[in-house]
Amino acid sequence: MAEPILTKINLPTAKGGSPAAGEPLIGIEQLSLHYGTSKALKNISLTLGEKVVTAFIGPSGCGKSTLLRCLNRMNDLIDNVRIEGSCKIGGHDIYSPEVDVIELRKRVGMVFQKSNPFPKSIYENVAYGLRLHGVKSKSELDVAVERSLHQSALWDEVKDRLHASALGLSGGQQQRLCIARAIAIRPEIILMDEPASALDPIATTRVEELILELKKDFTIVIVTHNMQQAARISDFTAFFYIGELIEYNNTAKIFTNPAKKQTEDYVTGRFG
Amino acid sequence: MNTITPAQYLPEKPARRHFRTEKFDFASLFFSGLTGLATLFILGLLAVILLNILINGWSGLSWHFVSTIPKKDFFDVKTTGVLPMIVGTTIRVFVMTIFVLPVGVITAIYLTEYAPNTSIVTRIIRAAVNNLAGVPSIVFGLFGLGFFINFVGKNLDVLLHNSDAVWGQPALIWASLTLAVMTMPVVIVATEESLKAIPPGLREASLALGATKLETILKIVLPQALPGIMTGGILAVSRAAGEVAPILFTGVAYYMASLPHHVTDPFMDLGYHVFVLSTQSPNIEQTRPILYATVLVLLMLTFALNIVAIVIRARVRKKLRALG
Repeated sequence: MAEPILTKINLPTAKGGSPAAGEPLIGIEQLSLHYGTSKALKNISLTLGEKVVTAFIGPSGCGKSTLLRCLNRMNDLIDNVRIEGSCKIGGHDIYSPEVDVIELRKRVGMVFQKSNPFPKSIYENVAYGLRLHGVKSKSELDVAVERSLHQSALWDEVKDRLHASALGLSGGQQQRLCIARAIAIRPEIILMDEPASALDPIATTRVEELILELKKDFTIVIVTHNMQQAARISDFTAFFYIGELIEYNNTAKIFTNPAKKQTEDYVTGRFG
Repeated sequence: MNTITPAQYLPEKPARRHFRTEKFDFASLFFSGLTGLATLFILGLLAVILLNILINGWSGLSWHFVSTIPKKDFFDVKTTGVLPMIVGTTIRVFVMTIFVLPVGVITAIYLTEYAPNTSIVTRIIRAAVNNLAGVPSIVFGLFGLGFFINFVGKNLDVLLHNSDAVWGQPALIWASLTLAVMTMPVVIVATEESLKAIPPGLREASLALGATKLETILKIVLPQALPGIMTGGILAVSRAAGEVAPILFTGVAYYMASLPHHVTDPFMDLGYHVFVLSTQSPNIEQTRPILYATVLVLLMLTFALNIVAIVIRARVRKKLRALG
């Protein structure tokens, strides 16, 4: 447990999918996932690059959120889920028995579709993860909270009311607070499950700008229903349809010159 | 450029429309009247009971009455008093709360957070909890006598080498425990409901930050569920305060010359005292004012216990809303 599981060594070259630029960090190989008897993901193989934004797109029920949740093992919480194949982060299979899920989730943060700040103060929301992982000193917490709020572009709006309830923030601010909370524990990867789908256009723009900013420090995987959003912010895009990976390439290619007819139909809005 | 004014697209005179129904709606009137009458009937009954007790009991109520330990002849106005009964009822309710809340809350946490929902064991536990709620209270009294006093208490005496019965006799602790078993389902159900009401997103957020299940429950779920848990506590207190049957064999005394000093002492109780006054008095007319006053004290004590719990809950809610 003491040994870090995500050191970037022994990186395998996964079969299938297009090789991502940057250093590959996540390697998914022949991954299938079953909910009871229904198969939600079918033999997915792809590698995701480090410090790039990868977007998962596809119609509802195509498995993109399910795949995202495989990456920090949030699917473990659901009964009757069976996973085959492997998912490696930094060369280590995160589904191998010796992996500590707590440690994994520290390294792979997550932002959810519906902003879900804790009913605590703004400060305590950001400090929550740090406290969990043993940070006790007040000054250390203060520094980390301020840094995370700066990084999530929220500091100027909340610096005078850090100890007020997080539930008093607007929807967009709450979502940026959730991002601050996720980055406070310095993960390597941030998973975002439709982070802007419940926000108005202005708040969406702010979150998108934030994602582009965060890309410098974090590897980001984002699920989105909004194809313009995928086109604007992602470097690579994977298109899923009914549990299968149809096409994976750099974003410009997917949106301008997709190899598959299905992808073209989807990104041009002909179906989905 | 033409600007369109309402006059251009609206007809000059709007068509006349009738919104009145032609028929008189008898069914609606009948049923709303019926529900109203039912409500009035219940409120009326409550008012009659409360007023009757208040009017007849008020004259017998005095500081002397509530602060006196009675002589053996408590049927006489001059030597009566209800201090030991107030103390006994209050203590047994508090001791019960101390036992029932942790056990009930932990059971509810197990059922909602840990137990696999579909397993047979979980279903059996749930069915047991529901059936427990339907058991007549006198049966709990007998259970308390058989289990707590004759089994636990007597064996404790043997283990501790007591020559006289210390634990193996009716006592405050056994009465409180019996009440705790009786009110357990109320606490479990209320806690389960409040745990289920916590948005799943909050748990996910906590787990995704690397919290363990236990950390998530202790730091996120339980603080949010606290008001609901306290509602369960309030219901348990309300039910237990007036119950007599479960304590009949397990701890209540007909008469004691002093207040209980230890949890192994028997105690006097307001509810049981009402029963004694109304059935054992040699002179009914002389005892009646005392009886009414005692009932009034019992009602007031129950209200007071409830209000204390409700005030605490309101503070917790306010604190949660302000900060958390």
